[in-house]
Amino acid sequence: MRSDIEVGRGNREGADLFRSWFNNLSDVRARNEGAAYVFVMGSLNELLLSFDMPVVFPEITSLQMAVRRVAHEYLDEAEDHGYSPDICGYVKADVALQLRKGQHPMGHVPKPKLALYTNACNTYIKWAEIWERMHDPVKIFAFDVPGTRQVGGQTWPGSQRFENDRRYVEGQIRELIEVCEGLTGQRFNIDRLRQTMGYANRMSLSWKRLLELNANHPSVFNALTDGTIYLGVGNAFRGTEAGAVYFERLVEEMEYKAKMGIGTLGEERHRLAFVGVPCYPIFRRFNELFSDWGGTFVSSTYLWFASGGANRGFQYDLDRPIESLAEGVLLAVRDAGDSMLDQYNVVRNMVDEFKLDGVVFHPIKSCRTVSTGLADARRALMDNNGIPSLFIESDMMDRRVVSEAQLKNRVDAFFEGLESRKLNAGEVH
Amino acid sequence: MSYGIRTFDEWEGQDLDEVLRLCRDLVEDVDFPTVKRWREAGGKVVGHFQVYFPQELAHAAGALPLKIRGAPVEPTHSDSRFGSYLCSIIKTSLELALSKRVELELFVTHPICDAARNLAPIWGRNFEYPCQILYLPQHANSKHAPSYLRDEYDRLAEVIEQATGGTITPDALRHSIGLYNRSRALMRALYDMKRTTPWKVAAEDAYCLVSLSGVLPVEEHIALMEYVMPQLQARTAREEDRVRVIFEGGFCEQPPLDLIRSLGRSCYVVDDDLLIGQRWVLSDIDTSGDPLAALAHAYLEQSSYSPVQHDDRKLKEAMLEQRFDGAGAKAVVLAAAKMCEPGLEEQVAYTQALDKRGIPFFVSEFEENMSSFSQLELQVETFVENLLFG
Repeated sequence: MRSDIEVGRGNREGADLFRSWFNNLSDVRARNEGAAYVFVMGSLNELLLSFDMPVVFPEITSLQMAVRRVAHEYLDEAEDHGYSPDICGYVKADVALQLRKGQHPMGHVPKPKLALYTNACNTYIKWAEIWERMHDPVKIFAFDVPGTRQVGGQTWPGSQRFENDRRYVEGQIRELIEVCEGLTGQRFNIDRLRQTMGYANRMSLSWKRLLELNANHPSVFNALTDGTIYLGVGNAFRGTEAGAVYFERLVEEMEYKAKMGIGTLGEERHRLAFVGVPCYPIFRRFNELFSDWGGTFVSSTYLWFASGGANRGFQYDLDRPIESLAEGVLLAVRDAGDSMLDQYNVVRNMVDEFKLDGVVFHPIKSCRTVSTGLADARRALMDNNGIPSLFIESDMMDRRVVSEAQLKNRVDAFFEGLESRKLNAGEVH
Repeated sequence: MSYGIRTFDEWEGQDLDEVLRLCRDLVEDVDFPTVKRWREAGGKVVGHFQVYFPQELAHAAGALPLKIRGAPVEPTHSDSRFGSYLCSIIKTSLELALSKRVELELFVTHPICDAARNLAPIWGRNFEYPCQILYLPQHANSKHAPSYLRDEYDRLAEVIEQATGGTITPDALRHSIGLYNRSRALMRALYDMKRTTPWKVAAEDAYCLVSLSGVLPVEEHIALMEYVMPQLQARTAREEDRVRVIFEGGFCEQPPLDLIRSLGRSCYVVDDDLLIGQRWVLSDIDTSGDPLAALAHAYLEQSSYSPVQHDDRKLKEAMLEQRFDGAGAKAVVLAAAKMCEPGLEEQVAYTQALDKRGIPFFVSEFEENMSSFSQLELQVETFVENLLFG
């Protein structure tokens, strides 16, 4: 292992890459060209890049508005346009973005010429229908990826039921290829697809390894803050050489930190899992509520589902790219769905793997996919595991439902309990 | 299968008004007495959440398909299992099961919305019986959707067989489809009546007759409808000077019966999407070939619309306009259940389309548990007066 690795380069390079992605989108907008709008679960970046289509992730462009503390301006504009305060903040921010002709705090977002969305989140579907009405022409393509039918009842390659689903997914991919050919005027190039899938393979392998490395004591990255940077790059650069190289270098850095015992805090007192979607309106401050107590997020379901299931590290078979793409997307998107709907089993497994001291459940107003089951998952975890947990509600976009003082009270009480528990167990003196 | 009993026979031999009163009482009875009778006789029950479910599959296995659509009950047991910012039906549906008002052998939900898809794992953590998601296709326009859905129904049939102990033969399924064809035909006739002679059937009565199709064994629903429909048709009531309206927004969570009654006092509700899943299939399903393929075909090609199914051929506002025109309506009541994301999102498109055509509309939110309607009644009356005299 090299000994001259700069600690922190992953974050720096990630920020640079992310900005270059945005700059590229601004260039596309300036040329008045359209882009493919996709979502983090089932983006099919590998396929779209093989047609040289620029790709916009509206979830990412929306969350950036909150991180940059201007989301409220966009939300207000969408609500003035008739959208309810009770629907997804990402959608509303994007509606206002479209009304503002792509004007975004990080640049300019091109218009959609294709909207590709899976059924992993129903809001994706409603969102695409909004674009269908706002933009003409735009081709919207529903990409059905059947999920798990019953907790613990997943089917696997080799079974007829799995093959039924895989065949459906493959059939739709082939239909999408025809759509892309029509939109771009380019013939489908299977070798180009092999190339992007090869890059995706390298990235997935690294992503899986990255998550595993955080089981290290002390943890080598913060799953909430650093993890969000990695997610941005992981989604925007999936299927690119730059993305593959970035994650290989990131893993190299984290291996180095693990070996050298370099953590994210001066003293890692409490190892936590984060379950839900981050509170972007006060993103850094939210984390400080925990880090001030020596708490760090070593794992999160967000890194699983918002990576589109890349945590599985699935490796495409490049000898049969389309069939394998269908299988990989089916397994990954299904896994992402499980990470959102079956948090109980996901977190239960994390407790031992990451030697957790506590679990933070963070349901939000905007996302019912992730949030609806969290209270019951927590109840089940408390009943069956006994690990301390915290349940706090806010939002990923809407600062009107983020009460920092209330959050702090709850977080402080949680840590007082954790400290007391450790004291009683003789772990803290 | 009847298990040798009738679950709802109180109406037999009664006059029309009494039958309708009994129907209203049954719809509002949150203890589901007919389902209890079915179970006491040894019957199995398959609970299916809104919106559409192929009830024929459960029926062919000898089980009772029971539409789970919430209820106006306090979520005393289920509240602690959910966070904030959720619609009521999610909570009260689980409440019905936790409080043992309904007991099931199998629960099936659908990814109709982000909250509903969560019900399978939540339900599964709270009950021993299987709790499943039925993945109806959202890519209705894919040429692969029919074969996928046929396979998905085949899978579901297997799950139902395992959960209920019944056997679904192709002949039994064809027979069930035939029965549901009849039940749906009777409901279509009811809606024809609403559109053509709405003064013959009150909005809440029509609603109750449809609602019972999700509660009663289909044979009993057919018998009830065949008894009621000729009597409704024979009514000599005269048309009144009321505004003809469409009610849109009842595809999942249901407004309280009092709200429908209240609306019916001011307007003729000539069409609606209330319990649209029960009326999803618009024409008879083929009973001659592969019954699973026929069910799949019907879902995709012989169906209505709702905000929770995407189909390139069914732009929602165009479908609403079609419903509006088809019913000869003069205005639209656009409602959405509180916290219902698909319903609230659709309202924007609906209002813009209606505005464009100059169609009067009234926007409102409701909740199944709401008990005070005075403000809503005032708003509706003002809206109606504006239409009549404005």
